[in-house]
Amino acid sequence: MADDIKPRLRVPTTAKKGEVVEVKTLITHPMETGQRKDGDGKLVPRLIVNTLAVTYNGKPVLNARLEPAVAANPYLSFFVKIEESGTLKFTWTDDNKQSWTAESRIEVA
Amino acid sequence: MVASRLTRRTALAALAGALVARNAFATPDQARDWIGAMAKGTPKDGKVSLKAPEIAENGNAVPLTVTVDSDMSEKSYVKALYIAADGNPNAGVAVYEFTPLSGKAEVALRVRLQQTQKLVAVAEMNDGTLYAASREVKVTIGGCGG
Repeated sequence: MADDIKPRLRVPTTAKKGEVVEVKTLITHPMETGQRKDGDGKLVPRLIVNTLAVTYNGKPVLNARLEPAVAANPYLSFFVKIEESGTLKFTWTDDNKQSWTAESRIEVA
Repeated sequence: MVASRLTRRTALAALAGALVARNAFATPDQARDWIGAMAKGTPKDGKVSLKAPEIAENGNAVPLTVTVDSDMSEKSYVKALYIAADGNPNAGVAVYEFTPLSGKAEVALRVRLQQTQKLVAVAEMNDGTLYAASREVKVTIGGCGG
């Protein structure tokens, strides 16, 4: 199951200097809340993606800390101000300390 | 026979008790406390706006957009945004930390809502002032599993 976890991004590849661009992210993850019971009536342990950290050229842009109330396959969108060409880097981490990264290059025209 | 009926009754009572305990949802106070533990102070009204459907048919994924009015400059920006729901098993939904690089303090996500309840968002500015807003969402089918 954990092998199916894949981040997806929608990020523009070019931007004007100083432009604020919208970034859309999604990671396929069940976000098990710890409230649900399996067929035998046992609680399924909590396993959620608890953080998404975003940096641009190594500088922090945004940190999101998620709780079980975030829906499965967490879709998060937000904005980044682009002053120079660079690389947006995304790191998701789950309760098992497993993490997934994705990068996207943005060129300032 | 009598003994077995009593046992059954006891068992049912215990089961009912367990159900009640399991359905202990967060309250508006808990939502406030959850945010209050991280953001100290009394929030003012304004600057924050929550966009969510008035009626959500499926509580498993309710689209939510939170916008904070700020020019996100080095001098004045939104440091953090706390989102809570007062009718879920746990009050917390998400915490965002921004920097001036964020450009615009607006986030969109999808949340799980167990029942009709209020979503609360509190924004913490870099000078420590807090702004809050809330919005009720009616939920037809709850979305916390179970």
